[in-house]
Amino acid sequence: MSALAAHGGTVAALSNYVFPNDWHVHWSLMIVLYPYITGIVAGAFIVSSLYHVFGIKQLEPISRYSLIFALAFLACATWPLLLHLGHPERSYSMLITPNPTSAMAGFGFIYSAYFILLVHEILFIYRPTMVTLWKQSTGFKRWLYGFLAFNNDNLSPEAIRLDHRIISFLAGIGIPMACILHGYVGFIFGGIKANPLWATPLMPLIFLLSACVSGIAGIIFSYILIKKFTGQEIDVDCVRTSIKFLWGFFILDFVFEMLEVFTHFYMNTHHWHVLENLLWGPLYNTYWLYQVKIFSVIPFIVLGVLSLFKFKDRVILFFAPIVSFMILIQVLLMRWNVVVGGQLMSHSTRGQVTFVPEWLGREGILVAIFIMIAPVVILFILSKIFPLWVNKEAANEQPIT
Amino acid sequence: MIDIKKEIQQDRRAFIKKVLGGTIAGSLLLVIPATAQEVAEEIPGMRAEDSVFTKKKFVFIVDITACIGCGSCCVADKAEYNVPDHNYRTWVERYIIDDHDGVYVDSPNGGLDGYTKPREGLPYPTRDTFFVPKLCNMCEDPSCVQVCPVGATYKTNDGFVLVDKTRCVGCSYCIQACPYSVRFINPVTRTAEKCTWCYHRVRKGLLPACVSVCPVHARKFGDLSDKTSEVWKILHEPHVISVLKPDMGNKPALHYLGLRREVV
Repeated sequence: MSALAAHGGTVAALSNYVFPNDWHVHWSLMIVLYPYITGIVAGAFIVSSLYHVFGIKQLEPISRYSLIFALAFLACATWPLLLHLGHPERSYSMLITPNPTSAMAGFGFIYSAYFILLVHEILFIYRPTMVTLWKQSTGFKRWLYGFLAFNNDNLSPEAIRLDHRIISFLAGIGIPMACILHGYVGFIFGGIKANPLWATPLMPLIFLLSACVSGIAGIIFSYILIKKFTGQEIDVDCVRTSIKFLWGFFILDFVFEMLEVFTHFYMNTHHWHVLENLLWGPLYNTYWLYQVKIFSVIPFIVLGVLSLFKFKDRVILFFAPIVSFMILIQVLLMRWNVVVGGQLMSHSTRGQVTFVPEWLGREGILVAIFIMIAPVVILFILSKIFPLWVNKEAANEQPIT
Repeated sequence: MIDIKKEIQQDRRAFIKKVLGGTIAGSLLLVIPATAQEVAEEIPGMRAEDSVFTKKKFVFIVDITACIGCGSCCVADKAEYNVPDHNYRTWVERYIIDDHDGVYVDSPNGGLDGYTKPREGLPYPTRDTFFVPKLCNMCEDPSCVQVCPVGATYKTNDGFVLVDKTRCVGCSYCIQACPYSVRFINPVTRTAEKCTWCYHRVRKGLLPACVSVCPVHARKFGDLSDKTSEVWKILHEPHVISVLKPDMGNKPALHYLGLRREVV
C-alpha cells in the first residue's frame, strides 16, 4: 500500500537523518488525485454559478456543460480514496461512527451533500429539456427521461418560475458548499501541525483558489477540444470571458501560493529552515522549476496578454487550450508538491527522502491514468443523456440575478 | 539411631503432630488450586485489591545519560509484538557531536542490531556522543486520536493511547499527524500500529518489555500517583528533564532525563 521511498545514495550527506518510520511515503498518487479531482469539481461548479447566479451572460454556452462536467468528476472523487485505504471495506464506518474531532471524518458527509445538491441542480436546470426529450422518445429512453423530469411535464410559466426559484436556491447554497468542499480538503492538510509544509491557515484558501483555477481551465480546455472534434462552432466570446476569469483567479491563486512561501522565508523560524531544505532539496524540480517557473509564470503572462489585448479569434483559440492545459498541469503539480512534498521531510527535521511512484499496484501510475480517464468516459455517457450545449429551443432559462 | 529413638521417645506425641500437620498441609496444596502468581509483581501496588487502574498516572522516563545503545529494548520489542521488518515501535538513535558543533544522527535498522561499531566518515573529531531511545510519547493531547476518522485510535481512561486494529481503515492520517513518527502501517494487517507501553503487561503488574530488559536501567516506568515510585522521585527532584517537541502542545507522558538540545 505504501511505496518504500528510495533511500541511500539519492539523499546523501552524513547529516541527513530520517526517522526510521519516515522512509515510507504513505500518501502517494491517489491522495494527489483526490484533491485534484475535487478541485476540478468545485471549480467547474463556480463557472456554472458565474452564469446562473452572477449573471455573466457570456458564459451561457458552457453553463450547463460545466455542471455535467462537475458531476462526471464528482462521480470519481471517492475512487482514489478507496484505492488508498488499507481497509476500504470499513470505509462506511466513517459515516456510521465518525470521530467528530477528525478533519477527515467530515468528507463523506460533505461529499454526499454536495453530490445530492449537484444532481438536483442539474435535474432542475435540465427539466424543460428532459420533458421535451421525454415526449419525443420511446421505450427505455422515454422512461428514463420521464424519471429525470420528475415525471412532471408541466412547463407552464408558473412551473418554470418555481423551477428557477429552486435553481436559484440550489445554486446559491451550492457556491458556499463548493467552497466548503474544497476549502475543507485544504483543511485536511492545513490542520496537521506536525508537518511544516502543510500547517498553515492559508492552506484551505490556496486549495480553494487552485480549485477554481483548475475547474475553469478544465472547462475551457475540454470545451474547445470537444467542439473542435465534433466540428461544432465555438463561442469565442465565451472563451474570452472564461480566459479573463481564469486569469483573475490565477492571479489570486499564484500570489497567495508565493506569499505563503515568502512569509515563511521572511519570518525565518526553524519552520522555514526545514522548508528551505525541502524546497531546495528533493522538491526543487517539481516545485521551483515545473510548478513555479514553467507552469505558473508562463501561463500567468500568456493569460494576462490574452486578457488585456484584443486578439483575433484564431489566436485566442490557439492559445486558450494550451494555456488551460498548462494550468491543469500546474494545479496537478501543486497537489503533488503539497501532498507528496510534505512527506519528503522527516519529522526529525534533519532529513529528507525521495519518492518515485510505482507504475503498477493499487496506487500506481497506471491506476492514476485510469482514474483520470474515467471522468471523461462518464462525461461521454452523460452527454448521451443530457445535451451538453444549450439549444435554442430548450434555452428558455434565464440567468437568475 | 539411638539418638533418634531417644528423640522420638522423648516426645512421641509432638512428633506425630508435626508429621500429620505436614501431610495435611502438603495434601491441601495439591487439592486447592494455587493462588500464587507465576511472575512477581514488577509495578508496586498493581495487584492490590484496592488498586484502581484508572486512578493511576503512568509515566515513562528515558535516561539519556545511561543508555549504552545495546539495542536490547528493540530486540525485546520486536519479539514481543512480531514487528515487521523496517517498521519500528521503538528505536534507538545515536547522536554524535563533533568539535565543530556538527550534529550527526543515525539509527541503522532502528538500533536493533546495537551500536557495536563507531560511525565512520565524519569530517571532524567527535566531541560528544549519546544514545536516545524513542517510543510512543503517550500524549495527553494526542494528535493521532484527534485525526482518526473512525475512532480506531483512542485514549483509554488510564491514559494509554491504543489502536483497535479491527476498526482501523488504514488511511494513514494518524501517521501524518504524529509529530514523533512512532506510527507505521503494518504491511500484514494493513492497519496503523505503534508502541503501547506494553499495555497488556502493565495491566498485569509487569513492566513494559523494553524496560525489563534494559541492562542499565535507562528506561524507567511507573505510576506517578505513587509517591514512593522511582518515577515520582525523578520528576520531583532537580534533574534536567524535558519532553520531545514541547511546542507541539501534545503534552507527552514520555520524559527524558538529561535531554540535550540537539535531540528532536
